[in-house]
Amino acid sequence: MTARTAHARRATAARRRANRIDRWAGLALYATCLAASLLVALLIVDVAYQLVHGSHLAFSRFGLGFLTTSEWAPNFNRFGAAPLLFGTIVSSAMALVIALPIGAAIGLFLSMFAPRAVRGTVGPLVEMLAAVPSVILGLWGILVLGPWVRGTAEPALHGAFGFLPIFGPAQTTGASMFTAGIVLAIMVVPIIASVSRDLFLTVPRELRDGAEALGATPWEVVRGVVLPATASGIAAAACLGLGRALGEAIAVTQVIGNRTGVHASLFLPGDTLASRVANQFQGATSALHTSALFYLATLLLIIGIATNVLAQWIGHSFDRRIGVAR
Amino acid sequence: MTSNGQQDPVATLPLQRVRVVAPSPREAPPAVPIEEAVFDVRGVDVFYGAKRAIAGVSMQVERNVVTAIIGPSGCGKSTFLRSLNRMNDSVPGFRIEGSILYHGHDVYGSGVDRVEVRRRIGMVFQRPNPFPKSIFDNVAWAPRNLGLRAGLAERVETALRGAALWDEVKDRLKQSALGLSGGQQQRLCIARAIAVEPDVLLLDEPASALDPVATAAIEELMHSLKRRYTIVIVTHNMQQAARVADRTAFFSLDERDGQRVGALVEYDATQTIFSHPADTRTRDYVSGRFG
Amino acid sequence: MTALYDPTAPLTASGNLRRRRAVSAVASSATILAAVLAVGVLALVVFTVIQRGAGAISWQFLTAAPPQFGGPGGGIAPAIVGTATIVAVAAAMAMPVGVAVAIFLTEYAGGRLTRPIQLAVDVMNSLPSIVIGLFVFGLLVAGRHQSGFAASFALAMIMLPLIARSTQEMLRLVPGTLRDAAEALGVSRWRTIVGVILPSALGGIVTGTVLAIARAAGETAPLLIVCSIYGNKTTFDIFGQAIPNIPVSIFTLSEQADPSGFTKAWGAALVLLTFILLTNIVARTLLARSRRNMTR
Repeated sequence: MTARTAHARRATAARRRANRIDRWAGLALYATCLAASLLVALLIVDVAYQLVHGSHLAFSRFGLGFLTTSEWAPNFNRFGAAPLLFGTIVSSAMALVIALPIGAAIGLFLSMFAPRAVRGTVGPLVEMLAAVPSVILGLWGILVLGPWVRGTAEPALHGAFGFLPIFGPAQTTGASMFTAGIVLAIMVVPIIASVSRDLFLTVPRELRDGAEALGATPWEVVRGVVLPATASGIAAAACLGLGRALGEAIAVTQVIGNRTGVHASLFLPGDTLASRVANQFQGATSALHTSALFYLATLLLIIGIATNVLAQWIGHSFDRRIGVAR
Repeated sequence: MTSNGQQDPVATLPLQRVRVVAPSPREAPPAVPIEEAVFDVRGVDVFYGAKRAIAGVSMQVERNVVTAIIGPSGCGKSTFLRSLNRMNDSVPGFRIEGSILYHGHDVYGSGVDRVEVRRRIGMVFQRPNPFPKSIFDNVAWAPRNLGLRAGLAERVETALRGAALWDEVKDRLKQSALGLSGGQQQRLCIARAIAVEPDVLLLDEPASALDPVATAAIEELMHSLKRRYTIVIVTHNMQQAARVADRTAFFSLDERDGQRVGALVEYDATQTIFSHPADTRTRDYVSGRFG
Repeated sequence: MTALYDPTAPLTASGNLRRRRAVSAVASSATILAAVLAVGVLALVVFTVIQRGAGAISWQFLTAAPPQFGGPGGGIAPAIVGTATIVAVAAAMAMPVGVAVAIFLTEYAGGRLTRPIQLAVDVMNSLPSIVIGLFVFGLLVAGRHQSGFAASFALAMIMLPLIARSTQEMLRLVPGTLRDAAEALGVSRWRTIVGVILPSALGGIVTGTVLAIARAAGETAPLLIVCSIYGNKTTFDIFGQAIPNIPVSIFTLSEQADPSGFTKAWGAALVLLTFILLTNIVARTLLARSRRNMTR
């Protein structure tokens, strides 16, 4: 009797201990995961803090006029972001104008027009394009694309469309806004292609069946049903691509020529926010110089966030419109 | 004896145990000359990869008549229907043997443009699938593609009237089609299909996703639609076939080479199929013994 | 029957169908052209790197240090070792945190913190790498000195959201039946996660990390800010100084006007690109297989 009671008591104690260990272990796991998540949030906040802190000197010196000043002369402590804002917008816009139709076309190819066997190889190949590091694309841009642009593309475009101010005369080197735009487009195409391919595949089979059953050609099915149904998603993909283009520092700084200037012609060199920071940070001549570069980075961050917010807004407004007659 | 001295026709009918209420008696239709058949299906086998889905179907579909295809689920009714307008082409592994002649032309012949096939042979699907566009644009989309821009508004109105939907939507043509009820959406899909003036309308269980009121509205449409179009309707609802169809084809699963394949068991006037079918399997199905 | 066309006519294109077919053919040709263009550019870049870089590759190139005062000759061994070290340290930091965050977001989801944390991960994912470089500069380098550790920290911040996302995806793919079975057996939450869910998702998590490593190995911008002034020798002193690394080496060589430097740059690019593309191909194939196994 006593032996059994003692044994039972030991078993209960062991069970209670196991339960206690269980509870503590569960708590420990939750606490670890929570801590990791809070760390991430903390890092984000700290990023904002460091940027603001770093740009404080320049901001107190130049204020918001920084955005409209065109001069960038480190030796005279005069800094202005206007040409860089211009360069960022122009290079990203050019990249998007090229990459959006091409990326969407590739997305259509991968989801609708390609035979199944081809989809399996071309899809991953396009994704490999996104995996090429930007410094290698930039190297290729300096030594291969640049000379080609200067020798072939620029004269051809100037010859055929020279009446447009964006296609001015060719310059001495291939380092220009145009080359940067092409390099950025190469980076953005895979993003838009992947996202749009996934989007097109989500269009329900029955919607496409319905269109086909009405005697529509494959292109008419795409134009009438697939594209309108995915319009908001395509716009969001464009914003994703835009974000990528805005933030690219290395490849752009290798091929854009690093000049401060606002010009109409794409064939002249220029600079962007990210590129200038990458190019001048190492050799910054003064604390003000460094702070001005921090200020540029802060502007870049704000523009990036604004692009994301725009993506969300476009998504919502498109979805509302589809309910209404076109 | 009736009041005018004639023999009572009903009284002379032999007593039958009729399980399904058949519509008013029709004469058995005369055998159709090949040239008058809209579809002449000869020995059609359908394969998905190595698996045979349908075996040896031969039948003719007549003009301006509602032909119903009934049978238990999985016996290839929809597969057969979709083969008529080449909607199975996009299914991987699809292969067809035998021939389907449409007005004498092989639907799967070389040189046949499948878009042209679908222009003449329209289809309405089981679940309503309106485009995310306005009601007007849903109906007008295909005519616009075909270049029928003149008189578009009239064409849309005619199509919506033909689908018995005009009165309900005439004041909100610009609103999204997705705001309509299920039954209205399905009638919109019918309007969409007839807006291009097809020759044939294929209906794949058009009322199975709808409530009884909407189903009755669709069935009512069949009688008016068949005056202009040839209609083939797949339905798992026997009573529906009995209500709307002039001819009925009964499909079932056969055992061939150890595999179960869909096959055409019996094809005759609806009255015959439901009152005195020739095949035992048909009799078992329509009397509810299986299916 | 209809005035528009004769239904008994042969089933070839009638009316405006011929023209519409031509338009459709043009459209599908355009998509094919776009795909050819993209694959062509990839082939061109890869081919150029191979063509111009192969000449630089030699045993000496891969194992020797660069010459003391610059110029031709020597190799990129310190840079290879340096990149490997930096990336390994970054992965060691990013993987546990990334997996922990993913567990928080999937297994402990539903609380008030879920949305803000998910937002934080998404924001971190979209930060331009130059901005991350400046952040780490302010945090670890300003007032002190450049260091390999700062580079690792920056790369860890780039890798973390990638690892978190792919882990989240893998965790979500774990069949609900597995979780239900564990719960029905009365197994506690943490034991389910650690003993059942994580092991079944482990393959995918590891390959996701490998993909993140491949991405981080090529990142140049943050390294240019916090780990760019270094010597010619192989070193593991990541806390004390900036250590040599491949991306910055390629960048620096590409910006100078020295043709022999270009050859070295192409050689280094070939080494880097080979590593990244091979890793990508292997990892993606394994990832696809993991996904298929999980959803079967």
